[in-house]
Amino acid sequence: MSVQVQVPQIFRRHTGGAKTVAAQGSTVREVLENLDKAYPGLRDRLVDGKALHRFVNIYRNDEDIRFLGDLDTEVHEGDVISILPAVAGGRRFWDREER
Amino acid sequence: MGVKVYIPTPFRAITHNQATAEVEGRTVVHVIEALEARYPGIRERVLDEAGEIHRHINVYVNDTAVEDLNGKNTSLQDGDEVALIPAIAGGAIPFTEEQIKRYSRHIILPEVGGKGQRKLINSSALLVGAGGLGCPAALYLAAAGVGRLGVVDFDHVDLSNLQRQILHHTHDVGRPKVLSAVDTIGDINPNVKVEPYQTQLSSENVKEIIAGYDVIVNGCDNFPTRYLLNDAAYFLKKPLVDGSIFRFEGQVTTFLPGKGCYRCLYPAPPPPGLVPGCAEAGVLGVLCGIIGSLQALEAIKFILGKGDLLVNRLLFFDALALEFRQVKIRRDPECPVCGDHPTITELIDYHEFCGVPHEQPVS
Repeated sequence: MSVQVQVPQIFRRHTGGAKTVAAQGSTVREVLENLDKAYPGLRDRLVDGKALHRFVNIYRNDEDIRFLGDLDTEVHEGDVISILPAVAGGRRFWDREER
Repeated sequence: MGVKVYIPTPFRAITHNQATAEVEGRTVVHVIEALEARYPGIRERVLDEAGEIHRHINVYVNDTAVEDLNGKNTSLQDGDEVALIPAIAGGAIPFTEEQIKRYSRHIILPEVGGKGQRKLINSSALLVGAGGLGCPAALYLAAAGVGRLGVVDFDHVDLSNLQRQILHHTHDVGRPKVLSAVDTIGDINPNVKVEPYQTQLSSENVKEIIAGYDVIVNGCDNFPTRYLLNDAAYFLKKPLVDGSIFRFEGQVTTFLPGKGCYRCLYPAPPPPGLVPGCAEAGVLGVLCGIIGSLQALEAIKFILGKGDLLVNRLLFFDALALEFRQVKIRRDPECPVCGDHPTITELIDYHEFCGVPHEQPVS
């Protein structure tokens, strides 16, 4: 399956500035693995070990994969995979969750 | 010594919140003229174009209605008390001529009309942040006539803000942003009451501040405030219009209580190190205008009860590609705040350590 992956600005340094890249795979996980071969480092920005980071969302077309099959969500020819990170505004650093 | 006039609440925007005024005048009409000289605009609230007292206004002299005396020509003596009492039928105070003219392009829209404009006038919105997003949102909400606008920002105007923060002017550099917001909003629409909060939101003050507003517009620039505000808005059942920007991209969505929240969308904040940038992250100025205006639009639609809100939808915008796209968002039953089994039931103060070495924990 060939899908289009929409890459937000914040991750484009991994794709040489490209906003949309094509990737192969039958699940989101495979797509990310194949993407990482072409664009090393991108997957680690999205996935923590085996799970998707909680501050990055991935959509298959307009559906959040967390409500589908997570990284095992199947993808189909022509699907658009969008990556959307949490954005705060001017400042982007965080401390840990402490009271 | 003269005559003491009681000014009703709806007219106090004209009298700079004065509830009474001492003026000279030998008749009721003279007193109104004397008031007009001091507070321009008040005469038309009391007298019609023919100079008669509006039918919906009752004027009392020492507790007696002037209808039972000599009408507008009732004579007065020093020490008399004159009260202006508008009839309030369900809060429907007639528009002034100024308001009718000012809001005419709204009022002629069937979806707004006089009824909708009155909703706007009687409503309130809280702007969290008088920065890139809060500035354009505030301008449009004020221009639209939203009656009361709260503005929260602890910061001062910096020259580097002026490229996008359009409430502030060059001569405001160094001033508290909330004061510059008060001035600019007042210039655009003096009918709007602006309530400045020069403070940083925290678990101590957030509920108290947001409690008094109908809708919250989130234009903050950091994750701690974003999560704090989300949680507080959910706990207090306040609608929250969320916006965020980064370089050339923006996101907007509206959270209504019970229909999902920011934590359903992004359950946890990013840890330091995985996201680049800091206060210096660039942003295209005009992008703020687009996203902030969309937030104002959502707030106005919420107040009017018209159209389809961005509820359960996230709109994202790429300014360089000039693309708007939408994805679905939904309430997550596992959400720690608004899910079926919430684990976060009180406010959390997260700490930011922008600019501080990572090894050094912030207390």
